Amino acid sequence: MGLTSTDIYLISPELALAGLALAVVLLDLALKNKTVVLGVAVVGLLVPIAFAVSLWVRVDGLVFARETGFNGSLVIDQFAIFFKLLLLGILVLVLLASNEYTGRFRRYQAEFTGLVFFSATGLMLLPAAGDLITVYVALELASLPIVALAAFLKMQARSTEAGLKYLVLSGVSSAVLLYGFALLYAATGTMRIVSPSAAEPSIAQMLTVTHAGLPFGNVAVLAGVVLVLAGFGFKLSMVPFQMWTPDVYEGAPTPVSAFLAVASKSAAFAVVLRVFYSALGDVSADWSLVFAALAAVTMSVGNLVAIAQSNVKRLLGYSTIAHAGYMLVGVAAIAARAGDAGDGSLGIVSVLFYLGGYAAMNLAAFFAVIAITNRTGNETVRGLAGLGQRSPLLAGMLAFALVSLTGIPPTVGFMGKLFVFNAAINTGYTWLAVIGVINSVVSAYYYLNIVRVMYLQPADGDARPVSANAPATVALAFTSIAVLLFGLWPTGLLDAARAAATALLQTL
Amino acid sequence: MFSEWAAWAIIALPLAAFAINAFIVRPLGAPAARLAGYVTVTALAVTLVLSVLALMAVQDAHGTAGYEPHLWFAVGPFDMTIGIFLDPLTAIMLIVVSSISLLVQVYSLGYMRREPAHGGHAAEERAVHAGAAHAHDAHGHGGDAPVGDGVSREHPYADYPRYFAYMGLFTASMLGLVLSSNLIQLFIFWELVGLSSYLLIGFYHWRPSAAAAAKKAFIVTRIGDFGFLLALLYIFSHRAELMAAGLNPFDIRDLHQAAPLLGPGVVTWIALGLFAGAVGKSAQFPLHTWLPDAMEGPTPVSSLIHAATMVAAGVFLMARMFPLFEESATALNLIALTGGFTALFATSMGLVVHDIKRVLAFSTVSQLGYMMLAVGVGAPVIAMFHLFNHAFFKCLLFLGSGSVHHSVHTFDMRKMGGLKRWMPVTYVTVLIGAISLAGIFPLAGFWSKDEILVAAWEGDTVGRLVFLFGIGAAFMTAFYSFRMIYLTFHGEFRGGIDAVPMAERIPDEAHHAVHRHESPRVMTTPMVVLAGAAVLSGIVANAPFDLGIVPAHWFAHFLEEEAPHFNWPIAIVSTLVALGGIGLATLMYRTNAISAEGMALTLKPFHVLLSRRYYMDELYEGLIVRRVLYRGVFQAADWIDRHIVDGTVDLAGWLGRNTGRAMAQVQTGQVQLYGVGIALGVVVILLVLLTQGGG
Repeated sequence: MGLTSTDIYLISPELALAGLALAVVLLDLALKNKTVVLGVAVVGLLVPIAFAVSLWVRVDGLVFARETGFNGSLVIDQFAIFFKLLLLGILVLVLLASNEYTGRFRRYQAEFTGLVFFSATGLMLLPAAGDLITVYVALELASLPIVALAAFLKMQARSTEAGLKYLVLSGVSSAVLLYGFALLYAATGTMRIVSPSAAEPSIAQMLTVTHAGLPFGNVAVLAGVVLVLAGFGFKLSMVPFQMWTPDVYEGAPTPVSAFLAVASKSAAFAVVLRVFYSALGDVSADWSLVFAALAAVTMSVGNLVAIAQSNVKRLLGYSTIAHAGYMLVGVAAIAARAGDAGDGSLGIVSVLFYLGGYAAMNLAAFFAVIAITNRTGNETVRGLAGLGQRSPLLAGMLAFALVSLTGIPPTVGFMGKLFVFNAAINTGYTWLAVIGVINSVVSAYYYLNIVRVMYLQPADGDARPVSANAPATVALAFTSIAVLLFGLWPTGLLDAARAAATALLQTL
Repeated sequence: MFSEWAAWAIIALPLAAFAINAFIVRPLGAPAARLAGYVTVTALAVTLVLSVLALMAVQDAHGTAGYEPHLWFAVGPFDMTIGIFLDPLTAIMLIVVSSISLLVQVYSLGYMRREPAHGGHAAEERAVHAGAAHAHDAHGHGGDAPVGDGVSREHPYADYPRYFAYMGLFTASMLGLVLSSNLIQLFIFWELVGLSSYLLIGFYHWRPSAAAAAKKAFIVTRIGDFGFLLALLYIFSHRAELMAAGLNPFDIRDLHQAAPLLGPGVVTWIALGLFAGAVGKSAQFPLHTWLPDAMEGPTPVSSLIHAATMVAAGVFLMARMFPLFEESATALNLIALTGGFTALFATSMGLVVHDIKRVLAFSTVSQLGYMMLAVGVGAPVIAMFHLFNHAFFKCLLFLGSGSVHHSVHTFDMRKMGGLKRWMPVTYVTVLIGAISLAGIFPLAGFWSKDEILVAAWEGDTVGRLVFLFGIGAAFMTAFYSFRMIYLTFHGEFRGGIDAVPMAERIPDEAHHAVHRHESPRVMTTPMVVLAGAAVLSGIVANAPFDLGIVPAHWFAHFLEEEAPHFNWPIAIVSTLVALGGIGLATLMYRTNAISAEGMALTLKPFHVLLSRRYYMDELYEGLIVRRVLYRGVFQAADWIDRHIVDGTVDLAGWLGRNTGRAMAQVQTGQVQLYGVGIALGVVVILLVLLTQGGG
């Protein structure tokens, strides 16, 4: 079974993206006008997007709504393509919004873009992983460019520090993850998440109970699952594996923070859903409560610590931890399906919808912060004072994004929380939904505090207008409109999330 | 057949006018400002045509034009829908709202234009206020202060874009409200109506009194809306029963059939919650205080608020949800009593006020009381009939008061008098409006008021009681209508704004001088049209006999109700009572056979009580807000906030800061520490799982 043309077609979005990364770097050597390079990068992204769309259409017509490639290492279904498209969309927006920021290291601008593309290639492969080895390889492909990106402002101590921290801790988490994979392999004798043929069973089919009464019924599986959880927890910024998050977000160039917060986290959620649902779905009753408890802790820690932050980037870092907590509520709700009468896909759908909405509102917040801090050079909350007058447009869009992050209608943040908490209640986690709602109220304190500072406090000294350049304004406007649109008409995103969730449910 | 798209266009057109004015015309500044008025007028003219088509379609269909609601989003098994509900009730409201709004917009083209010569008028007069404008700028509100709009203060059309944008939003919200097929959708438009009325009442936001009035209207109606919201939550909590029967818990048509499923107790609570919302919106006792103050907005705005939008929404909600109310005698009795009492109570306050717009405001409150009364005695169709008639003559009266102000620059009737010589068109039209308001045969007001009284008389004990309230209110209504006519248009002219000492004038109007003249054609034409409607709407729409073009009792049959029968004794009694009121007003203010001052002195305590509006404002603001809320509740909340909430927040912040500081202290150790954290996390989770398994 060698490489077939179908295999190539199945990874065509990733290949196109990697090719585009190389093209951008090479083009940068040849061209003086860097705007053209950006244009090529943005327009070039249409190629992988087109491939991804054509794959969506292709699998839509198939019996199991999925294709497997590379002897089952890759599973291309609508769940995977949902994330491919989400990530590519994020990529376009991040590229537009960061153009002005990356102007400060104009010489390495193309390398910056190339590294982001390479990392995104890894992230796009993650949700399509058909076995644990692919998960690991894709994860490393995604992580290593981020190390370089976090340390990109090499003259700044805190940027290099951020890069180093990410390198060391991502290494530790990879080690933990691999150890977990090894234990799962030891217990089941397979690495397959999805079984490609009857001869090669999947983990789910090989799980055996050796110790009745013990969670997961098997010591090796128990230890393996916890280690896998810790390894993924690092990517998710799940407490207690979140500690790197604020440091790296604060130190890294802000566009990299935005990329980490949105793209990296989305892909990590995708792989968690894939591994825990497909491979470990039968023992969901055992890990569901773990996720529920971690969700409660994660959102509480994220929100409480965020209150004390004075640096906007750090504050957004803690805020992404809190949002990871909300999404984990949906993950837990998936698991509780066993034995429940409720709709089994409710939790997955809510997580996928939340991820889409989270991408829009979090990018909007980050983009506004990028535009503002790039001009003012002040990253503190206090530095935003008077922005309501200095820059009504940026302040308005940032305020709107913050309102959405708080979860106030008519924004996508509200809808997302509605679906996630609804899924929790429908699977018997009412207490978790209550904690989630209390957390939302707490979060209003620090989100709306920023709005208060922007509008009610006069600017200190410098009161010149602040504006963003054209590409950043386009990206910001796009995300703001998405926040409102998905808040008012969630149906479109919801339908896509449903299709993806249905595909995931079929890979049992 | 009336396509659903056309129904959506009815909402979309005025909304588009709002968007165009707000986002295109206003930024263009002075040269384009004048276009704003035409944008809104054009949009509303098309809306009116569509509304007429909708009415005809409903008439042809003999009932509801049913459009399937659309799925907005689904939460689990519950489907949230939005859609169009076009039935005879909606069709009537569409006609009222779009026709009144169109006439008001045309009138506004004249009224909102600033006249450069000696101060001019509308939009009053910011030139004098330049000082205050700079003060605003200094506080950073420059963007919206008088100088705003990107148009110079002297520009005659400076107010157009903002004014006509808000007016578009206001009308669109009301049209959306009456077309809603879903209670949540209706509530959203309901709140939008509240928001746009807030913007319009506070249109002259640099006047403290206007800002305060806008705030008051917003807050007082919000108290009622809280009841509305509770009703929605209560309905939602009973969704299981409704969904089991295949009904959508918020769909209005489904709710009409829901009463038997819910049981009388639940229905009563839902009805009372919805009624609370209507009490706020329709300015019923005890939430009536905002409406007289809402006079602070431009006069055409008042006319729109009082006639077709805003206050009509409460009565409309009652009629819309009547199949539910019908099941609860308790709720109906409470509605009838509230309405009857409000009718009597508000008219009494109208007897003594000097401000012509406030006289009209109190008359609106009391006429809305009549409508509520009609709903309460089980006759929502008659309530709608009164709403329909009232819309025309009340709009007319307000436009007339604006026309008078255009000439004498004051609303104080003590400074008017004898104006019929200079303003013949205004005089005749306002006189028609006043006769209609007084309920004299055969003008519009007579027919509907009479039917309300008949319906009340034929009710039970409560009906008889509110009938007496209604008769009392009819007497006083006739009295103050003609008091207004005599003080404004008859007798000697008493000086207008010239007679107001400088110190007592509103700063905006300080530089005005009286210039007695009839208003321009663009203002009088809508008034003449409305006067025609005020004469005819009652007799034509619901005539007791066949008119040839219009069959007998068309209105009632259209709304699928039995024709009310004419009750001669009651018609005669109510007419005599009204004539009595007019007679007393004539004796006091026309022939001066009875001295009004003498009367006020004789009945001094009563007079004071009425002039202070029964001390309701003092009760709310002085006692409840200052004493109870500030001293009691807010202080307690403040204490809790400072000692408990802040304490918690401080603790969290302290923990966060100090955890961070502790980590920051070991800069080189940090990464290792985080690594240790990962390891510890794994161990803890493992231990918890293992112990859970063991136990």
